[in-house]
Amino acid sequence: MFVIGERINGMFNDVARAIKDGDKVMIQELARKQIEAGADALDVNVGPGAEVPLRAMEWLVNTIGEVTDVPLAIDTPKFEVMEAGLKLCKSKAIINSTSGDREKLDKLLPLVRRYNASIIGLTMNKSGIPQTAESRAEIAAQIVTSAQEYGIDMNELYIDGVILPVNVAQDHSREVLETIRECKLLCDPSPRTILGLSNVSQKTLDRSLVNRTYLAMAIACGLDAAILDPLDNDLMNSMITAELLMGKQIYCDNYLEAYKKK
Amino acid sequence: MEKATEKWASKVNEVTIGATEKEGGTRSSIIKVGGANTLPFLHFEGVIPNPPVIAMEVWDMEPPDWPAVLKKPFVDVLGDPVEWAKKCVNEYGVNFLCLRLASTSPDTKNSSPEEAARTVKRVLEAVSVPLMIIGCNQAEKDTEVIPPVSEAAKGENCLVGIAVQANYKTITAACQSGGHSIIAESPIDINLAKQLNILISDMGFPLEKIVMHPATGALGYGLEYTYSIMERSRLAALQGDRMMSMPMVNFVGQEVWRAKEAKTSEQEAPQWGPIASRGPLWEVTTAVSYLQAGADILVMCHPKAIESVKKTIKELMQKE
Repeated sequence: MFVIGERINGMFNDVARAIKDGDKVMIQELARKQIEAGADALDVNVGPGAEVPLRAMEWLVNTIGEVTDVPLAIDTPKFEVMEAGLKLCKSKAIINSTSGDREKLDKLLPLVRRYNASIIGLTMNKSGIPQTAESRAEIAAQIVTSAQEYGIDMNELYIDGVILPVNVAQDHSREVLETIRECKLLCDPSPRTILGLSNVSQKTLDRSLVNRTYLAMAIACGLDAAILDPLDNDLMNSMITAELLMGKQIYCDNYLEAYKKK
Repeated sequence: MEKATEKWASKVNEVTIGATEKEGGTRSSIIKVGGANTLPFLHFEGVIPNPPVIAMEVWDMEPPDWPAVLKKPFVDVLGDPVEWAKKCVNEYGVNFLCLRLASTSPDTKNSSPEEAARTVKRVLEAVSVPLMIIGCNQAEKDTEVIPPVSEAAKGENCLVGIAVQANYKTITAACQSGGHSIIAESPIDINLAKQLNILISDMGFPLEKIVMHPATGALGYGLEYTYSIMERSRLAALQGDRMMSMPMVNFVGQEVWRAKEAKTSEQEAPQWGPIASRGPLWEVTTAVSYLQAGADILVMCHPKAIESVKKTIKELMQKE
């Protein structure tokens, strides 16, 4: 599974402080640690408290780019901040994200070809987050069609079924799993599927347990990628074990070690 | 019609056997195996930089169970590994030898590790082709024999074996200190094969110096089992599993010449045809099947079989 490390996000106090203080070392260490723990890419989000989001994004992308060339997911709802990040990103970029709204698609999809980036499409729109898997799949289909209109390859598109916290929107857990399955049937080749995993456990007591259980379930439905915390060792072990159980790699007694040695 | 080609994520490791003066050895040539980034011989789909190679077996004693038809090509040298090795190279044009230290087995002569080391030194002095060296395939005795043998061959970058789960620590340490590559064997079990690779790697031994032996079944004696394991292993390698990315070896001669089809006389089995060709054909068929499964090294016995498989390899390596 393609792992995007979620930790460089200004909503975490330590990251917010580092952005404020210009603490490069902290950010670079966090980038390194996530990659060592198995992240294939890093999400980059300045957070809600950044004084000048555009400058903060530029600083983050440059700082991270000094120590690694893994893909970076430029995570922001603001178009100018997105472009600023894409311009400076020396490695492969992932646009995080667009919704199913026509205006957003028309603004963001052209950036895919322009910056040779991938893009995450959320199955939500101005009306909000749909209740059912069918409604989510409908929005997914609209995103897919638009992407195809812009000549974008399906393996550059990640559909995110938008998982909600289980403590307030319990029914959505099942619907999102079904959405992952439906996305595989949209076309051939189908778009990739992704989840912002930590959202499922917001404000629950044992976040790690909820996260890793849901990840295993999602992998069984065919999930291709996730934004998650790779520093959660139990989570990573669950991911590897779920993939093993899906036959993605050959079993051996030290299968965890074998995966990590990759 | 458009060809449907596959693009694989990864490739098989390339292993080098032998060391010339430049590399600190005394071999006149080196051999490279592996390195393919697609399934066997699909040249239209990828790059296969090295052809499969054949190693001819040389024993350090006269093989007690070899049938006459197999002894015949070596009849004057069977008791002497040095002369036998020279004959393989000079008369049969072989460029890779497998020296089997069969006399060290408690079931044969139980010869000492020191004697084995001396034999290895003498063979290395007599011929300059790259060498594979294997013990008697009894795990415990091999742990006594392989370390001094590895030391005797230090610097020549041989392919040394055979490491199994029971003795891999000693064999790996010996190969590490002698600078050799290692044969890691599992009993037709892909999970154990992967596990053994990890265990060897955990000792600090480089993955790029491991060759896998998934155990070899002769035609009619388990070929399909080995074949399917090799296929799965090769697919895993191409899909990016670093713990399965090793080249593979099959001990074809060893298995085939135990089979009754190779040994039974025409009097006893007239319907099986002339014994002179039967054994070599059995060896050829087994070997060629394994080429298709991804064998990078074939260890074979009969010169006729080797010649035939060499031709087949040449044809299969021709790009369209």
